[in-house]
Amino acid sequence: MKKTSDLSELQSIARTVRRDIIEMIGAAKSGHPGGSLSAVEILVTLYFDVLQHDPANPAWPQRDRFILSKGHAAPVLYSVMAEAGYTPKDQLNTLRRIGSIYQGHPDRRFIPALETSTGSLGVGLSVGLGMAEAARLDKSPSRTYVVLGDGEIQEGQIWEAAMYAGFHKVDNICAILDNNRIQLDGWVKDIMGLDPLPEKWASFGWHVIVVDGHDIVALQAAFAEAAATKGKPTILIANTVKGKGVSFMEDNPKYHGVAPTKEEVELALKEIG
Amino acid sequence: MAARYELKMGAATREAFGKALVELGRTDENVVVCDADLSKSTFTHLFGKEFPNRFFSCGIAEANMVSIGAGLAASGKIAFVASFSAFVLNKGFEQLRVNVAYSGVPLKVVGTHSGISIGEDGPSQMSVEDLSLACSLAGFTVLSPADEVAMFALVKAAAYHPGAVFIRAGRVKAPVIYGAEQEFVIGKGIQLTEGNDLTFISTGLLVAECLRAAETLAAEGIAARVIDLHTIKPLDRELIAKAAAETGCIVVAEEHLVDSGLGVRVAQVVGETNPCVMEFHGVQNTYAESGLPEEVMEKYKMTAKDIVVTARKALARKKG
Repeated sequence: MKKTSDLSELQSIARTVRRDIIEMIGAAKSGHPGGSLSAVEILVTLYFDVLQHDPANPAWPQRDRFILSKGHAAPVLYSVMAEAGYTPKDQLNTLRRIGSIYQGHPDRRFIPALETSTGSLGVGLSVGLGMAEAARLDKSPSRTYVVLGDGEIQEGQIWEAAMYAGFHKVDNICAILDNNRIQLDGWVKDIMGLDPLPEKWASFGWHVIVVDGHDIVALQAAFAEAAATKGKPTILIANTVKGKGVSFMEDNPKYHGVAPTKEEVELALKEIG
Repeated sequence: MAARYELKMGAATREAFGKALVELGRTDENVVVCDADLSKSTFTHLFGKEFPNRFFSCGIAEANMVSIGAGLAASGKIAFVASFSAFVLNKGFEQLRVNVAYSGVPLKVVGTHSGISIGEDGPSQMSVEDLSLACSLAGFTVLSPADEVAMFALVKAAAYHPGAVFIRAGRVKAPVIYGAEQEFVIGKGIQLTEGNDLTFISTGLLVAECLRAAETLAAEGIAARVIDLHTIKPLDRELIAKAAAETGCIVVAEEHLVDSGLGVRVAQVVGETNPCVMEFHGVQNTYAESGLPEEVMEKYKMTAKDIVVTARKALARKKG
């Protein structure tokens, strides 16, 4: 895998990942396009620039850890892992089929390079904390990154983890909130509003960075600031657009968990370019 | 035979757990422990005092604790998480399922204050469903040591067991059944007495009660075999099948809801191997109440004399 900090290279990878997501979910005829598309720049920036990792040696003890706590966005993770060389790219379109390594939600029985299996919301940040604590104990430079959904943080355990990380000053963890403002049943603000988000996390002892989650340069700067922040955990509140990159999916609650039709796939791929 | 067992009172199994952790901590710096504000009750405070940097105090947040433990274990630590059984299993069940069992992480989970013998604190703290919950986690090994000797040995065995383990511990002092020389192998039950008239199969505190029940029956010329299944999952199928074949009559006794604990698991093995008369002795379909531990155990029929009543029923059925 070739790492890069170059904006146009990262943007090009992001375009490929968007295409993968649409093709995979289209082929599977089920899945979660909206929340996969909103997290593309976050995962691409992490996997191809920020993370210290080696797809050829996934068990390297000092690797950075990555957890997609919002496991339903599995397609974006599968695509970046395949592009990075962890898993076969030519099998991406077996998503959700029996025997496929690309299970409906990330399953480490099928992809051992996954740090944990996810899919049940609210638990990933705590698992990441355990990994971050292990790294601190071992005096390892390993950092842990956990991507959360905004709907996901309605789960109570998130706030147990937030409290723990703030109190224990776990500064080698970085949470990224994919703040796409839509959950399965509709708009987050109508179901269980989260405002004021930055204040909530700050009051739990976190360093909060609000960032445009589709601006790769801004994300790079935010991750650098997170790594330089000592004595506090950091959360990036990444403001994103659900379904980003496909006009008819953008800000449309319908595409939280509905696959595009064949025609919609073609239309979407044309738009992504 | 049963006279061999002069059941001297020993330490509570939770205390033996705490001491085993300290010994593990001294020999292996990879051992870490998490607790959720009950460390003085679970005895993990002994470890925390000696190894503060390897002790993670998680506050009253069991779900977070279980997931943190999973993260530590996934990063190569020999990680133990402990709380009351009622809390770590019920409040941490989702995390045990997804982060531990499903994710294939070898976390060691210890639930203390199991069963109804905790006494005064009452049913909110009493775990009468922990064995059932733990056994329903795919891939888990489930241990329920009967005394301090068994607990000490099995905690150490669990630490180096390749998979996830749940260990059931009790609050009250437990009679000492084993000598220091006894060997404990995960998955292998221990036959404590000889006898071909019936078999008592038990676990935890009720093993001692079964030994006493066997003594009562021995005075009447009835020879009862007593088996301690310290491993609830996986079961020692061979030992159970042999007892079923040789005694034709099995009484399972446990400090757990009778319709979801050890008994039904043993019945499955008996049904698959050598079907025989079986009776089940445990907590009926209810929650217990506050009281002195011995009062609670008596009222909810967890004593030797109650087990003898169940045994007579089984023997009458065997006779036909």
